[in-house]
Amino acid sequence: MKAIEPWVESPLRTFLAESSARVVLLMTTAGQVVAQHGFTRSMDVMSAAALGAGIVASTAELGRTLGGGPLAELVHQGTRQGIFLASFDTPRGRWIALVVFGGESSLGLVQLFFGRMVTDLAVAAPVEEPRRAVLAEDFERDLNASLRALFGR
Amino acid sequence: MSTFLVEVLETICRTDGVRGALLVSAEDGLVVAEAAMEGLDAAPVAALAASLASRLTLATEAAGQSQPALIHLEATEGALFIATGEAGLLLVAVTEPDVNAGLVRLALLDAAGRLA
Repeated sequence: MKAIEPWVESPLRTFLAESSARVVLLMTTAGQVVAQHGFTRSMDVMSAAALGAGIVASTAELGRTLGGGPLAELVHQGTRQGIFLASFDTPRGRWIALVVFGGESSLGLVQLFFGRMVTDLAVAAPVEEPRRAVLAEDFERDLNASLRALFGR
Repeated sequence: MSTFLVEVLETICRTDGVRGALLVSAEDGLVVAEAAMEGLDAAPVAALAASLASRLTLATEAAGQSQPALIHLEATEGALFIATGEAGLLLVAVTEPDVNAGLVRLALLDAAGRLA
């Protein structure tokens, strides 16, 4: 498991252990990766994050078009594995979770422990520091640190 | 929710000590129908009962036995009964700790027969 923010690790680790999910990707609504488990290639993470964020944006708009609010979650149940995609509020803004689960888990278990992870993340989130001005040298350093955290390079 | 399914579940709830009954999709762990689940959150019960049934089925298959027809989990503050039904459905009863287990088993197996 790799996470940019260390405080995400414990709730995510608990979710993985309880739900038996195979792959988990946490990202912002803009598709910026926050944490991942189960991906081996950085390209796959980036693609999944971009597609997941796009799907959530599309379904939110579809929900509005159909006269309701944004859809809470989206599930694709395949023959060998299922995909659960949901957006949720955190103290750091709205995030998206993409979860892939197989026969060793179930949609009910993923939904149950996803709800608990959202609660755990809200509790674990540190008080946000005031925003600093973005400097070019900080940007480069922060970007490299994020890439190292996510892909171990 | 189907009236027939709720009627079947309510039959189980008439047994003394039964706090609620659920019909659960075994594969998904989702609630199909529920009855008398006051004070109980049906979704977690369904998810965990389906997971338990799935794991026990794997264990009995590994031991060369057939799928369990009825699972009885006893805890300090209550008990859980799970009967495997047709079409990938599970019948689940949540009971008080001092319930007559024989009567609950009969009610669950009878209900499973009605759903077949």
